[in-house]
Amino acid sequence: MIASSFEYFAPTSVDEALSLLSEHGDDAKILAGGHSLIPAMKLRLAEPAVLIDIQRVEGLKGISESDGKLVIGALATHHELESSDLVNRTLPILAQTAGEIGDVQVRNKGTIGGSLSHADPAADWPATILALDADLKIVGSGGERVVKATDFFEELYTTALEADEILTEIHVSIPDGNTTGTYLKLHQVASGFALTGVAAVLSKSGDVCENIAVGITGVSDVPYRASEVESALAGRALTADNIAAAAEKAADGVDILEDIHASEAYRSNLAKVYTRRAIEGAAS
Amino acid sequence: MATTQINTTINGEDYTHEVEPRLLLVHYLREVAGLTGTHVGCETSLCGACTAIVDGQAVKTCTMLAVQADGADITTIEGLAQDGELHPIQEGFWERHGLQCGFCTPGMIVAAHQLLERNPSPTEEEIRHGLEGNFCRCTGYQHIVDAVQYAAEKMQG
Repeated sequence: MIASSFEYFAPTSVDEALSLLSEHGDDAKILAGGHSLIPAMKLRLAEPAVLIDIQRVEGLKGISESDGKLVIGALATHHELESSDLVNRTLPILAQTAGEIGDVQVRNKGTIGGSLSHADPAADWPATILALDADLKIVGSGGERVVKATDFFEELYTTALEADEILTEIHVSIPDGNTTGTYLKLHQVASGFALTGVAAVLSKSGDVCENIAVGITGVSDVPYRASEVESALAGRALTADNIAAAAEKAADGVDILEDIHASEAYRSNLAKVYTRRAIEGAAS
Repeated sequence: MATTQINTTINGEDYTHEVEPRLLLVHYLREVAGLTGTHVGCETSLCGACTAIVDGQAVKTCTMLAVQADGADITTIEGLAQDGELHPIQEGFWERHGLQCGFCTPGMIVAAHQLLERNPSPTEEEIRHGLEGNFCRCTGYQHIVDAVQYAAEKMQG
């Protein structure tokens, strides 16, 4: 399997990458770790005329803490997120999510920014990024802007990124010690992608749920916040019955995917079961 | 046909070639550098037969372009034995019968190398998890786990 021919550029700064992107417009694709784009190019599902490889842009790397936020460079690999002491200490659900992606080799090379920008409906990151209410920093020829995770995913494989823009950083507020989270998924056995992936993040006072956010991937064309589940539990006791009743709403109002791996009815059931288990995990 | 020059170090030797940007790293290793120990299996990032270590990270070289490896330090299965002595992981596969047909073995050994570098005394479960990106269609994995345990013990000295 050989990709179509393309012209290759390896810029070393964001500015250089942006100017290549505005020069080549829709003909160009950004290459990060390549673990979504290269498979698509080998199958000729993607045939960009120009490939802009940003892996040598140092400013897009690294994970740091700043003003109570975790700042994740778009080129941070899944392995870096999985193994980072800072991430494990401040937002362990991110490390947990990273560890559920693909396999060791995929996690060594694939990046969080690449995964989010590609917006595969069965990718893992979107569920957790949504549940953590992350801010996505984007730069383009028109300057810099911040998009909320809830506004980022628009359609199948389509995000708020314009053709001349690059996702540069993911910002996540570091919660107080009272907040816990769990990401839980059912792996498609061959590919490792999420047939359903649910991230639940909550804080409680005694047994009462104060705040809760639930992000779900793999179930619909677009990852989503299960707002019906959230409103059914916020302010209520985190009993097994209440959690189960709220989780029943996990697929309410959602256009559910159907493919060779799972029927609509099966996916809908998975969404409910994994939502219940993820909330139970976060609450325990 | 436009080409790009890449410089790599593979198993301690320097290589410089002009390559087409669409050339995959696995094809570069096998057909340009002549190192055929790295195998082409599924070609879809699943089976791990093409695993090599690029700048300290085990990667599936069927899902990487050779141009992405410009400047990289690469280790393939050919680079593990030193002075005619098998690497302890290779010895483990020999001693514990960790292969039948042998097709997955180079990728399996290179992935095990990464595993033991990060976790020198893994549990059986950690070995199985660490090798989840590598498929073997012959052995049922038990002897592969035994081989990695043998290597872990030997490397711990």
